[in-house]
Amino acid sequence: MTLPTVVAAPVAQTSSQEVAHPPYQLPPPIFDARCRACWFTAALMVLVVASFVSLELDWAAFASMEAARSMGRFVAEFFPPDLSPVFVNKVAWGAWETLAMSALGTAIAALLGLALAVPASRLSNQDSAWLRSPTRWLLNALRAIPELVWAALLLISAGLGPMAGTLALALHTSGVLGRLFAEAMENVPTGPGDALRTQGVGPLRVFAYATLPQVLPQLMSYTLYRWENNIRAAAVLGVVGAGGLASCCPFTWACSK
Amino acid sequence: MSASASHLPIARPSGLPPVRPLMKAPARDPAFAARVLWLSLALVLLWPLCVATEFRLWVLWEPENRKVTANFVSSFWPLVYNAEFLAMLVRETWRTVAMATAGVTLSLVLAVPLSLLATRVLSLSALSGRMNRWPAVLRWCVRATLIVLRSIPELIWALVFVRVVGLGPTAGVLAIALTYGGMLGKVYAEILESGESHAAQTLMRNGSGRLQAFVYALLPSHAAELASYTVYRWECAIRSSVVLGFVGAGGLGQQLDNSMKMFNGGEVATLLLVFIALVGLADRVSAWLRKALA
Repeated sequence: MTLPTVVAAPVAQTSSQEVAHPPYQLPPPIFDARCRACWFTAALMVLVVASFVSLELDWAAFASMEAARSMGRFVAEFFPPDLSPVFVNKVAWGAWETLAMSALGTAIAALLGLALAVPASRLSNQDSAWLRSPTRWLLNALRAIPELVWAALLLISAGLGPMAGTLALALHTSGVLGRLFAEAMENVPTGPGDALRTQGVGPLRVFAYATLPQVLPQLMSYTLYRWENNIRAAAVLGVVGAGGLASCCPFTWACSK
Repeated sequence: MSASASHLPIARPSGLPPVRPLMKAPARDPAFAARVLWLSLALVLLWPLCVATEFRLWVLWEPENRKVTANFVSSFWPLVYNAEFLAMLVRETWRTVAMATAGVTLSLVLAVPLSLLATRVLSLSALSGRMNRWPAVLRWCVRATLIVLRSIPELIWALVFVRVVGLGPTAGVLAIALTYGGMLGKVYAEILESGESHAAQTLMRNGSGRLQAFVYALLPSHAAELASYTVYRWECAIRSSVVLGFVGAGGLGQQLDNSMKMFNGGEVATLLLVFIALVGLADRVSAWLRKALA
């Protein structure tokens, strides 16, 4: 019997050659053409300086006596708080209107977002998903335009009032939710859906009994989170006259326009 | 090995339950009644909401409103792209970005000192158990200030400042600075408290100052997170600086408001397209920067 010859592994020699005290080195130069962070910092500083220079900011007006007096008058107007029953009723109604606008707008957005998320996602490998990129473009456009701009646009066809605000919230939020929903649906495990599909079950029932039950908790949590955001957004929509709490604010829409 | 063993029926060990026959699939949805119940309950709850928001969709379909809408939408095409309008567009787009950048820069001036004051990790008295009373009160006050700054939307701040300093970008920059100062200050304080504070505590126990402990212990371990959150907020500021134009702070929003008031559909469509492109670009740049920073 011959034993296999043991091949000696090369012993790591680096550790023994390290010097105990490394020689003092100069710190790296502050600017180096290959240093990305340096270029980034330089670009950032240029951006900030250019912003301040080009904006013709009027600090003099802000720091002047006139501004201080007008600010003081404004703050003085805060006291005493208006607690007359008429105004309190108006504010209570405004708060309820804000809540209703946000709830209804989010509910519509959840339905519309779900309807748009299905064509915007590739649910199986066989799915050609030819609608995927056009739907995603639509969702991006819906999402990019803020609620306030939607509200101002919708005022033309829906008239002043909370309906324009509700529709505005619904359109913007459906863009946000549609994208989140589509990503949730694409990331779901495909096993249950594939099992149904190999049995010859149609796409609608595969969606209803395999995809939807898996993503539903996630969709609910996204929707509730957006509702919370929309309560805040609905409160300021009154600035353009689209209903909600800010309509009660005396110095907003009614005065400024 | 004998091949015949595989032909024998498999005897189940006595401990296991007997094999059940295959269950028949239910002919219809077993949860049908419950679904119908919850759905109808939701529809009933929807009614007061529709009343409160005056949600009457058929108003959109009334012949008069339909004509106005059709006129407005049909005037979207052709887009307006004469030289004068394009020059204005470039100027206002830059002004929007500049307002966001200046606002975030000023908000850092507010947020960094306040977050250093608010964070518990940099407390000397908290090193040995409980924080002393007055530092605790101070921290609580700073936190309350941050909450107040943050909870008033930038649009409302802008309305206030437009009254004080007049129309123009100053009001928008100040509004962004105050709201975002509150947001950034609170999140910075939370980020600093979230990580491992051992290094900072060791430095402070050995006699270093609090600012030194921050610069040499907290900052290195949290710098990437702080920077990436700041970039994200800059992206949000670009979006909100457009909205601030609607109350007279200048930028794309103000032009959009003007064009909409004049029912100039072509200008509105061009402005909206530029706006969508700007938001998309800010989104991409911010995502790239955050990936590079992480």
